[in-house]
Amino acid sequence: MSVAVRVIPCLDVHAGRVVKGVNFTDLRDAGDPVELARAYGAAGADELTFLDISASFEGRETTREVVGRTAETVFIPLCVGGGVSGPADVDALLRAGADKAAINTGAIARPEAIAEISRRFGNQVLVLSVDARRDPAQPSGFGVTTHGGRRDAGLDALEWARRGAELGVGEILLNSMDADGTTAGFDLEMIRAVRAVVDVPLIASGGAGTARHFVEAVEAGADAVLAASVFHYGTLSVAEVKDALAAAGHPVRRDDLAVAGPSAATT
Amino acid sequence: MGRADDADGADVVVLDYGSGNLRSAVRALEATGARVELSADPERARTAAGLVVPGVGAFAACMAGLRAVSGDAVVRERATSGRPTLGICVGAQVLFASGVEHGERTDGVGLWPGEVEQLRTRRLPHMGWNEVRPDPGSVLFEGLDGSRFYFVHSYGVHAVEALRERGARVTTVQHEDDVFVAGVEDGAVSAVQFHPEKSGAAGARLLSSWVAALPSGGSQV
Repeated sequence: MSVAVRVIPCLDVHAGRVVKGVNFTDLRDAGDPVELARAYGAAGADELTFLDISASFEGRETTREVVGRTAETVFIPLCVGGGVSGPADVDALLRAGADKAAINTGAIARPEAIAEISRRFGNQVLVLSVDARRDPAQPSGFGVTTHGGRRDAGLDALEWARRGAELGVGEILLNSMDADGTTAGFDLEMIRAVRAVVDVPLIASGGAGTARHFVEAVEAGADAVLAASVFHYGTLSVAEVKDALAAAGHPVRRDDLAVAGPSAATT
Repeated sequence: MGRADDADGADVVVLDYGSGNLRSAVRALEATGARVELSADPERARTAAGLVVPGVGAFAACMAGLRAVSGDAVVRERATSGRPTLGICVGAQVLFASGVEHGERTDGVGLWPGEVEQLRTRRLPHMGWNEVRPDPGSVLFEGLDGSRFYFVHSYGVHAVEALRERGARVTTVQHEDDVFVAGVEDGAVSAVQFHPEKSGAAGARLLSSWVAALPSGGSQV
């Protein structure tokens, strides 16, 4: 009896459209986040993350509209990140239909935003997204970056994760900027190091290439595993990842009830 | 929101008394065939065939929001008159006697004994899909023993035996070594700690069971 390891596909969304190639052959429109979310929901994803990379206000508005349509169609939790800097942004996302918001550079710029958001909505709505990489200049050997890993935030990643949990985030999304895109596996040492300093749930991200990689991330201390490319390109299915986790003795959720899910009632 | 023009389906009101994602709750209920209306009107909440009380965030803030729309009185009256009510997450927690957060105690609606308190676990919040164990005879969890539902909370109720003693059917869940209330069915009032509207097919089945038991509806799916 314990919480299942969550398997979370992540979609990069720009102005309401999925960017990065998506190789789902049976979708009418692989660029539509709602279509993809529905496909992942049907494939057994435990949660979905939209990363809104829109740079403009209009782009974010469009994404919020997509969030609303997703929430009305796919009945699993939805986390949305990108451009979150305070309670007003979180309120807008929750009202649009998101269940959680991920904060990243907004919290680096103004850490007290974390406390403001969790006081108002509870810590369960807030995920601290940490883009970290190996950095010998930091005490722990891991540093925080911004701008997709291109800039050094001047923060120790372990210290930042610990502080985020203390200020009131409900989860840490740990992205390895070294492993991201390599498909060589998660940065297990970094997962272990962050796991040791925070008690909130930890989502591991970056580097997944095989089903075995997900098992390793969980055994290093992750409560949930997030990936983009391996799912989008069809290298791995959510079910294959869950099969590997289950075979290694980790609890997974199987959405195999013999009833029509809510998505069957939508057009 | 809602499909008030549809003639069939049970009449369900989702009580709108604060922020948070209510779209999923409305849509998931609509998918069962119910006619669903999002409303803060106490009169609509009082007369609906089924009332859903959602809730996220802090216990005290939720109680304040509920009182502001006379939701506490409406829920008590519906319990007395036997009209079905379903509390979800913090909307379930506020039905108990009281809640304690950061050392401060707040009175709840008081339908049930028990205090909402922080879970006795290391990993908080309790977040994710966990297995439930319903008491025998549960209507809400029929066919769902051992199914996983989506939980996201740090506080809960441990008064399992006190609830059973007053005749309620209790569904429990375990996180680490802590066992607490996942669901209560007590006459016309039901409550679930998890989010059925976020729990995929299992959640859809539970909501369908609840809607099916409402007066004059539910069979038109």
